[in-house]
Amino acid sequence: MSAGSRNTEPWGGFDDNLIQGGSSAVIDMENMDDTSGSSFEDVGEMHQRMKEEEEVSAEAAAAEDDGADDGEFLGMKGLKGQLGRQVADEVWQAGKRQASKAFNLYANIDILRPYFDVEPSQVRSRLMESMIPVRMISFPQKVAGELYGPLMLVFTLVAILLHGMKTSGTVIREGTLMGTAIGTCFGYWLGVSSFIYFLAYLVNAQITMLQMLSLLGYGLFGHCVVLLVTYNIHFHLLFYAMWLLIGGLSTLRMVAVLLSRTVGQTPRLLLCGMLALLHMSFLLYLHFSYHQILEGLLDSLEGHNMAPIQRVVRDVPEVTLNATVRSLGGMLMAQ
Amino acid sequence: MTSAEEASRPFAGLSDVSIPDIPVEGDISLPVASSARDDEFSTLDEPVKETILRDLRAVANKFVHVLYPKRSSVLLRDWDLWGPLLLCVTLALLLQGGAADSNDQGGPQFAEVFVIIWFGSIIITLNSKLLGGTLSFFQSLCVLGYCIMPLTVAMVVCRIVLYTASGKVSFAVRLVVVTASFGWSTFASTAFLADSQPSNRRGLVVYPVFLFYFVIGWMILTFSP
Repeated sequence: MSAGSRNTEPWGGFDDNLIQGGSSAVIDMENMDDTSGSSFEDVGEMHQRMKEEEEVSAEAAAAEDDGADDGEFLGMKGLKGQLGRQVADEVWQAGKRQASKAFNLYANIDILRPYFDVEPSQVRSRLMESMIPVRMISFPQKVAGELYGPLMLVFTLVAILLHGMKTSGTVIREGTLMGTAIGTCFGYWLGVSSFIYFLAYLVNAQITMLQMLSLLGYGLFGHCVVLLVTYNIHFHLLFYAMWLLIGGLSTLRMVAVLLSRTVGQTPRLLLCGMLALLHMSFLLYLHFSYHQILEGLLDSLEGHNMAPIQRVVRDVPEVTLNATVRSLGGMLMAQ
Repeated sequence: MTSAEEASRPFAGLSDVSIPDIPVEGDISLPVASSARDDEFSTLDEPVKETILRDLRAVANKFVHVLYPKRSSVLLRDWDLWGPLLLCVTLALLLQGGAADSNDQGGPQFAEVFVIIWFGSIIITLNSKLLGGTLSFFQSLCVLGYCIMPLTVAMVVCRIVLYTASGKVSFAVRLVVVTASFGWSTFASTAFLADSQPSNRRGLVVYPVFLFYFVIGWMILTFSP
């Protein structure tokens, strides 16, 4: 808090600002504490000079007089005096330092930065690879440790789920459509990843949490494709075929990676069986829980208030195309 | 207090001096110019109408920039969150009350839209920062919020269309309007956001924006009063 004190005496000496008066408004409190005996006359002189200053700057002093009655017990002007201001300033600086340290420690998004260091071509190739099961399981397969692709895939799944729920007029009794969709998708991704990681930890498989998150996230690509198609083309047989084919391929890929990183028959069976079961049943669940096959589906897009129909298991005799994605469906089929 | 007494005895000769005052009490002459400097920047004394109008003019100016998206930095330089808030509340109010069973779903829809818009914007901002973007947090929020404006306009149009017509025609009109405004929103926001990204990662940043406006557009399209 000292404004340019360049003295070497232990009691602080005289700063120029005490004498000149107009240049600085700060008095260094640290130097004032010393009441050693060698400077009585000097202290008296100092006080005389300060009195002169007071006469010269009467207007500024008038502002200070407001706090003259407060804090008399310490002989200072209390909270409004110079000491109070300096203390408050110190407290503020210390608090600010603490807060920014805590913020940098906990809210630092740079912790996540290496996981988002990807190029679009890498993401594309990883999406394609997630559908191709690897042949070699004798040595550990490389798993990319990135979070951008999985995160985007989870959000895409949320969007597709929302589309499916809205189109079929699903009524959620407690909660909202959006909350349900987000909760389901993120819950699956994080929950099943943690569960499989826990099992992997138990059987000593060589996979980290980040790799598991990444693997399962990319495995959702197959789910996205299947749901996008079957929420719009309501054909049971088509769904089952795609469930087996595309769902099966992405499950096989994940299973192969896990197999390559686990030793022992029983651990392999446990881990891979669990993952396959959960992954395939999630796709089934998504299709059948959030999507009801309604006759006259087009009515729901025309703005009529429709009472939701109870879900009944029936064979759809013909293919019902969703009007909104008729062209989209055509494009998808063409690809 | 004995040390004080010891200290004060040698000072007896200086009877007009009060020692405790000297060390800690300062008659400080503040530079007189400081008060004048404060007055120039202080807007406390202006009438409230002027303050509000100034902010409204800034918001309207940014709306115009969204309507004609060119590479400009107005949205980025003087960012504010008034516009996004206004748009978000308008959109959420307009989307209220449309449901298959309005008893159950009338309430949450306001909160739903609000939460989607703000948390979606926050996640997109974090994503673009993690991918190496140079925009600050609030600048991105500002851009994403302002670019919801075409979708809000589309919502108004859809509501009007739903009151006047119904059936296939109304659906076709609404589809066209929502698709156009969704494309416009995405294009406008990429015009502002893309400059701050390294050139090879633009696609990675644009995709979540696309998803975000797609979800909002979908909510507008499937709205039925």
